[in-house]
Amino acid sequence: MFRWIFISTLILAGQAVILANTFRVCKACPAFSIKEAIKVAKSCDTIYVESGIYTEGNIVIDKELTLIGIGRPILDGEGKTEIITIAANHVHFEGFVIRNVGISYSQDRAGIRVKEASDFYVKNNRVENAFFGIYLQKSRNGTIEGNEMVGEAKDEVSSGNAIHLWYCDNVLIINNITYGHRDGIYLEFVNFSTVQGNHSERNVRYGLHFMFSNDDVYRGNTFLDNGAGVAVMYSRRIGMFSNVFQKNWGPAAYGLLLKEIHDSNIEGNTFQENTVGIFAETSNRIVYTKNNFIQNGWALKISGGCQQNNLLANNFLGNSFDLAVHSAGTDNLFDGNFWSDYAGYDLDKNGIGDVPHRPMKLFSYVVSNTPESLVLLRSLFVDILNFSEKVSPIFTPENVVDNKPLLKKFTIYD
Amino acid sequence: MLKILKYSFYDLIRSRWTYSYGGFYLLFTLSLLWLSNDLSKVVISLMNVVLLLCPLIATMFGVMYYYNSREFTELLLAQPVRRTSIFLGQYLGVASSLSASWVIGVGLPFALYGVFGSDQAGNFAMLLFVGVVLSFVFSAIAFYIALKNENRIKGFGLAILAWLFFAVIYDGLLLLSLSLLTEYPLEKFSLIASLLNPIDLSRILILLKLDVSALMGFTGAVFRKFLGTGFGMSIAFGVLLLWVVLPVFCIKRVAGKKDF
Repeated sequence: MFRWIFISTLILAGQAVILANTFRVCKACPAFSIKEAIKVAKSCDTIYVESGIYTEGNIVIDKELTLIGIGRPILDGEGKTEIITIAANHVHFEGFVIRNVGISYSQDRAGIRVKEASDFYVKNNRVENAFFGIYLQKSRNGTIEGNEMVGEAKDEVSSGNAIHLWYCDNVLIINNITYGHRDGIYLEFVNFSTVQGNHSERNVRYGLHFMFSNDDVYRGNTFLDNGAGVAVMYSRRIGMFSNVFQKNWGPAAYGLLLKEIHDSNIEGNTFQENTVGIFAETSNRIVYTKNNFIQNGWALKISGGCQQNNLLANNFLGNSFDLAVHSAGTDNLFDGNFWSDYAGYDLDKNGIGDVPHRPMKLFSYVVSNTPESLVLLRSLFVDILNFSEKVSPIFTPENVVDNKPLLKKFTIYD
Repeated sequence: MLKILKYSFYDLIRSRWTYSYGGFYLLFTLSLLWLSNDLSKVVISLMNVVLLLCPLIATMFGVMYYYNSREFTELLLAQPVRRTSIFLGQYLGVASSLSASWVIGVGLPFALYGVFGSDQAGNFAMLLFVGVVLSFVFSAIAFYIALKNENRIKGFGLAILAWLFFAVIYDGLLLLSLSLLTEYPLEKFSLIASLLNPIDLSRILILLKLDVSALMGFTGAVFRKFLGTGFGMSIAFGVLLLWVVLPVFCIKRVAGKKDF
């Protein structure tokens, strides 16, 4: 019985493939506008668009279609409208250049909008000079792959996000490149999604931004020179693996900003040359392991109200301040890390220092109370101060201590 | 005055101390460059050295030279030479020979590593400039203290105390007042307070040249805003210059009145 159902399904599916038509859109073709081709086409048809410049305003894809650009056709919005709206399931949209969406203060115009659709596939497009690049609303089970978003945002107010997700589930965002928008990738109310292998650079606000999103993973992304690298806010169970946060540098810049996020993992990331590597605020039960903090101003700033965070096996290399913890009574654990300014010894040669390390210097404590005292950074007096505090700790929190400091850098092979 | 300057300068240039001082910088910079091969990092490490060593050595050297050349000074005083030109000549001789040791000791290795074509040229120039200014400031202060005190032990003690005050105690007092007044907006206060100490001012000038300024958050932004403008920069240089001129003026005044 089941075999029959299976075979008949196969036959039906085969017929569907056979019945599907293909259309060509070009200046000399029977259909010379994309809108017309969409109008004529039926579900499961494929439309090939050949290279050229198309100024057709807002194109709505309201059927299960495959649109493929050949030789990078250009869809130009002339700064007036949104360009592509995908409003059907199973739409495949590939190989276009979309440009000049135009800034609007009353509506969120996008280069490509996916509207209440599922199983979409948006691939290898280039969006130039758009307000919002790719905008997904109430959509699910789709993939955004290999797109390039290039904007020239100047401030937060007059710019949109490169990839914007709102109320979406189970979306894969992979290998995209974003430059010069407000946020590189923005997720609001987005669950069970993966952000992987993307590159965010020179965005005005954040490279990647989570709001009220749970059970998501981002891995292998690079965040370079953004206002702040990644902001994770009001979210739970986020996995952050093997990302690079680099050169997020400025008076209010962070590599990674955690705000009210719980039960998450931060593993194998590299934080290099950020003003603040990670800034955590009321974030509980977070495990930081195998991360590299290299030459940041502050590697890690943990404000009050952060509890049960575990820092295990991280490398702290040449940061101006390794750690700033605001409140004394925290039950955070700092064990088995490598601190480049650790000055202890290892008599039994087991690779673990015999003297506990206190990563929080007195000056770090002083600065968190009076920020202006940073004018004394690198002065002789401060060195003397830190040294005397190190010999007999009085001010720095008693329990901010690494009891098993490593003598050698942790490597992923250990 | 120029003749005396020339004489002091040549005298000092031939002395062991100047050689070893210059040689120390040469070896130190060379080894730093050889170890790290990164110009910007070496500039940062040298910054810590210049802020500590240049004032200290200039203070010690200034006091020492004055007391050691006392007999010769008395001989000169018997000649028809203006007093101020004797003392200013000696002071300028000390300061310029110290500066020469610093500039050559640090400059040669950097020139060998090709600093002039690199993006660190500006930072390096600032470093050199700060070293020279600090040498001038602190040898002037030392000369003044030595002139005021016949007693060598007292003179040495006071000179060391002066160095200690500017290098350490001043910062301690500043930190104390900052943490006591933490309720108030302190950006302007900390700006003015650090303008008043040549060592602090030099440190901040170098820090702002380097990337670390972003670390300083809002305070850093205030500093950068002030020192980033031509006006602020000229004030900073003016204050540094004042730190040279003021002790020199005092030397002149005391030298004019003093009994020998």
